Amino acid sequence: MNWGEFFSMGGRGFYVWGAYGAFAIAITIEVLWLRARAKRARAEILAEIKGDAAMKTGNQP
Amino acid sequence: MNIFKYSSPATFYPLAGKMIPWFAALATIFAAIGLYAGPIAAPTDYQQGEVYRILYIHVPAAVLGMFIYLVMAAYGVMALTFNTRLSAMMMEALAPTGAILIGLALWTGSLWGKPTWGTYWVWDARVTSTLILLFLYIGYMALVSAIEDKKRADKAGALLVIVGSVNIPIIHYSVTWWNTLHQGESFTVSAAPKMATSMFTPMLAIALAFWLYAVTISLMRVRSIILERERGRALSAGWVADALAAEGGKP
Repeated sequence: MNWGEFFSMGGRGFYVWGAYGAFAIAITIEVLWLRARAKRARAEILAEIKGDAAMKTGNQP
Repeated sequence: MNIFKYSSPATFYPLAGKMIPWFAALATIFAAIGLYAGPIAAPTDYQQGEVYRILYIHVPAAVLGMFIYLVMAAYGVMALTFNTRLSAMMMEALAPTGAILIGLALWTGSLWGKPTWGTYWVWDARVTSTLILLFLYIGYMALVSAIEDKKRADKAGALLVIVGSVNIPIIHYSVTWWNTLHQGESFTVSAAPKMATSMFTPMLAIALAFWLYAVTISLMRVRSIILERERGRALSAGWVADALAAEGGKP
């Protein structure tokens, strides 16, 4: 089987690649979205810990 | 041994962090094996032609989408009976992945249906009850995010998911109870699969990959949820700074 045949999927390429493409896009978006959320959650709580620590020792800027 | 030890966010956060790479690696391995052996290498179906290759992801997505809902309902029961915070957080972590999988099951089913049934959509019992499952996921997420007080949000969400789980057997038996355009079961626990081994084994590998993916993703998401909920009490809780420092983040 050559590449052209593989992509045409016996004339059903639109349906087959539409299905697999949606999957690839959904998984990519979910992973990127989660990474951004993890980064934000960590940054926010680190800022809070720093702020609180500074307040306790009286070194708040 | 205290069985509730791992239900404490402070214990679970670092544990989840250690488990994520393992589940992610296994998911990738099974996905690679399954996607090669099935959609790429398996022979063409002689009745459906190439379009049957959609089923390699359609069936696992639908099964996992239903299974995740049941797991959420089980966590819901735990959240309501033992009042464990982590159970409610796990529900929140699983819901978006379950919704995405059910959405993809409907999407891929639709793309399979057009060339096979001659229509993208049909209001038969299987398809309609699956659409209701998608609405249940969305309804749960909307409800939980609409209630400010987290404790109340957790309880309301758990109740909704438990009541909604009545829909899962309806989806499962819909093809038996009603005359549906959707075909009957191709595999049951009790009988040999009504499908060639060269098609069935790759599908099993892909289903396993999806399951491992869902575990990976929900562990990642629950870690963010834990941190988000510790805000405002991070210093009093104490463990957050230690856990983040242990993972290489600055304290």
